[in-house]
Amino acid sequence: MTMTTMQSTSTADRTVRRAVLPDDDPFLPRPAFVTEIRGETPGIATYRIEFADPDRAAQYEYEPGQFNMLWMPGIGEVPISIASARDEGPGILHTIRATGRVTNAMAKLKPGSPIGMRGPYGRGWPLKQAEGRDVLVVSGGLGLAPLRPVVLALLANRDRYGKVVLMHGARTPKDLLYDYEYESWGKHGIETLITVDRGDVAWRGRVGVVPVLFNRISIDPVRTLMMTCGPEVLMRFAVAEAVAREIPEGWIYYSLERNMHCAIGLCGHCQLGPDFVCKDGPVFDHSQTARFFSREHF
Amino acid sequence: MNSSAGIAPTGETVVIEKPVLGAIIDRLWRDGYTVVGPTLAESAIVIDQVRAIDDLPIGWTDEQEAGMYRLRRREDRAYFGYAVGPHSWKQYLFPPKTTLYSIEFHADAMTVKPNVDPVPSYAFLGVRSCDLHAIEIQDRVFLHGPYVDRHYQARREKALIIAVHCAVAASTCFCASMGTGPRSVRGFDLALTELEGEFLVEIATPRGAAICDGIPSRAATGYELGAAARIVDKTRDSMKRSLNTNGLPDLLYQNLEHPRWDQVAERCLSCTNCTMVCPTCFCHALEDVPALDGASSEKIRQWDSCFNPDHAHMAGGNNRPDIRSRYRQWLTHKLASWVDQYGVSGCVGCGRCVTWCPVGIDITEEAAAIRGDQQ
Repeated sequence: MTMTTMQSTSTADRTVRRAVLPDDDPFLPRPAFVTEIRGETPGIATYRIEFADPDRAAQYEYEPGQFNMLWMPGIGEVPISIASARDEGPGILHTIRATGRVTNAMAKLKPGSPIGMRGPYGRGWPLKQAEGRDVLVVSGGLGLAPLRPVVLALLANRDRYGKVVLMHGARTPKDLLYDYEYESWGKHGIETLITVDRGDVAWRGRVGVVPVLFNRISIDPVRTLMMTCGPEVLMRFAVAEAVAREIPEGWIYYSLERNMHCAIGLCGHCQLGPDFVCKDGPVFDHSQTARFFSREHF
Repeated sequence: MNSSAGIAPTGETVVIEKPVLGAIIDRLWRDGYTVVGPTLAESAIVIDQVRAIDDLPIGWTDEQEAGMYRLRRREDRAYFGYAVGPHSWKQYLFPPKTTLYSIEFHADAMTVKPNVDPVPSYAFLGVRSCDLHAIEIQDRVFLHGPYVDRHYQARREKALIIAVHCAVAASTCFCASMGTGPRSVRGFDLALTELEGEFLVEIATPRGAAICDGIPSRAATGYELGAAARIVDKTRDSMKRSLNTNGLPDLLYQNLEHPRWDQVAERCLSCTNCTMVCPTCFCHALEDVPALDGASSEKIRQWDSCFNPDHAHMAGGNNRPDIRSRYRQWLTHKLASWVDQYGVSGCVGCGRCVTWCPVGIDITEEAAAIRGDQQ
C-alpha cells in the first residue's frame, strides 16, 4: 500500500518521509506546509505554502491566473488562486478570505502547519497575447489576488507592453489589498488608480465604484487588452465599459468563480454552459463566453 | 447503424437453449465475475446480483408512464420481457458513494492512504442499447478528458458486458429518436436476442468468446437471424415517444429566457430523482468525513445533483437559487452543452427521468414545448 506521511514540524527541521504516491490519481492532494502567514486586510491573509516533497516543488510550474486546491484534512478542499510571482521565494502565495468552513479553519493555521495541496489547475491570463499592447487590469476586493502575478509579470517585462493601467477598488480604505505595493507599482510604470466605495477620515483618494474609473483614462481600442477579476457585478460593469469603448470581445478577459469540488473537470459543479470553469477557465475571453457570462442564475 | 443483420461484425452468432443461460451465469461466477442483472425487488425490476437463472424476473414485465411504474405478469415466460427500471449500471462503475482516500491523524503527523480496496469484476447481464450508450458517454467523461478517473477506470476495465436487444419498449422509451437503440451495435462482449425457446448470442469479443467456450450451442440459421432482427425492428416501431434533436443545442441556448422554464419550475420539486436514475449524470460531491473520535477521516465521493441547492453554492452566494435555474441547467446540460463538452448528447432516450419523476415531467415534452414556441 502506498502512503504518505505529513509531519507536523517547523520548516527549519523538516524530516518528512518521501512521498510515495500513485502519481496518476488526480484527486489526491500532496503533503505541504504553511511556512509563512501575512495578515492582509480584515479577514484576509496570505499563506505561503510549500510542498513537502522537494522534487514536487521543483517540478511545479504555473501560469498567473491558475489556482491550487488547498486541503484541510478532515474538513475539505477549496480552490485558491495563485497570488505570487515566480521569483518570490519558495512555495506559492495564496491570499484567502476566511468565509467558509474550510477557509475559517485555515485562519487558525500557524507557520509549520501541515496542509494538502494539488495543482496548478485551469487556464491563466493571456500575458503572451498582451505583449506589444496596452494592458488594462481591473479588479475589485480580493479579485486583485489572481491579478497580482499579472502585475508583477508586467513589471518584470515592462518593455514588452505598452501603457499599463491598474484600476482597483475596495469597500473601504482598510479593505485595499496589497496597498503597501501600490506605490512601487506606480513608480515602475503602472498607472495605478485606486478607489473605495466609502472613505474614512484619513482617506484622501477617490471614492466611487471601479467602473467609473474608465472615465479617468484614455483607451485605444485598437491596442488595448483588458483583464478583470472581482465580484461578478464589478466584472459585468467593467466588461460593459470595455465593450462600449470598442475593445474587441476577444481581448476582454475575466476570471470567473464557481463552486468547485474536483478542479479536474469531473465533478460537474463549475459548469458555465459548455465550459467547466476549473479546466476551461477560470480565465475566459469574452468572445468565448459572452452569451453565458452575466446571464442571471445560469 | 440500424442494419437488420443480426450478426456482430467481428464475431459469430450462435444459438443456445434458454436454460443454457444458467450455465453461462455459473461460468461467470466460477471465473470470478460478480454477475449483476435484472431482479425483482421493491415492486420494480432493479439491478442486483444474479446467482442463478431464477433470479431473473422471468414472466414479468413493466408498465411505465410519466411518473408511473407498475410490474405486470406476462402471459409467457420471457426472461427479458421488460424495459429498463430505476437502476442503471452506473451504480457499479461509478458507485453512489466511494472512499477516494483516508487520513489517519497521529500526535504530530498524519498519514494519507489511497483507497486500494479490491475492485470487483462485474459481469453485467441484460444491458440494453440505451445503457451501452450511457456507459460509453460516462467513458467520455471519466476516461477521455485531460484527467483520468482511476476509480472509474479500474471498474470499467474489468467489466464484462452481456447486452440484450430490446423486445419491448416502455411507453417512456425514446432511444430510436436519440440514435441510441433499440439495437445494440457496440460496447458489449456478448449480445442476446430472446427468441421463443432460445437465445441468439452474438459473440463480439475474445472475452465473450471465452465465456461461451464449451457452452452447448449451434450455429444460427438464416431464419433465426431474420426473426431476431424483426424483434428489434418491432420494438423500434412500437416506440411512442420521440425527441427531435435537430439543431437542439442552439435552439436551447437561444431560449434560455423562455417562459417554459418558469412553467416547468412550478411543477418540478427539485427532488433530484431524474439525476439519480439518469445513467449518464455524473455530478459528484467530494467531502471530508471525519470519524467521531477525530483520529481519522475519509475523503468521500458521492453522487450529487444540479437540483441540490448547494450544487452552485459559492462564497459569493448561490448561483442557481431557484428551481427554474436548476431545471434549466439540467436540461440544457443534458441536451445542449453536453454536446459541446463530449461530442454527443447526454440523453440516451432510456426514459428513466420521465418514469421516475414524481410529478411526471417529461424531457421530450419540455424540449418539444420550447421548439414549438421558439423565441
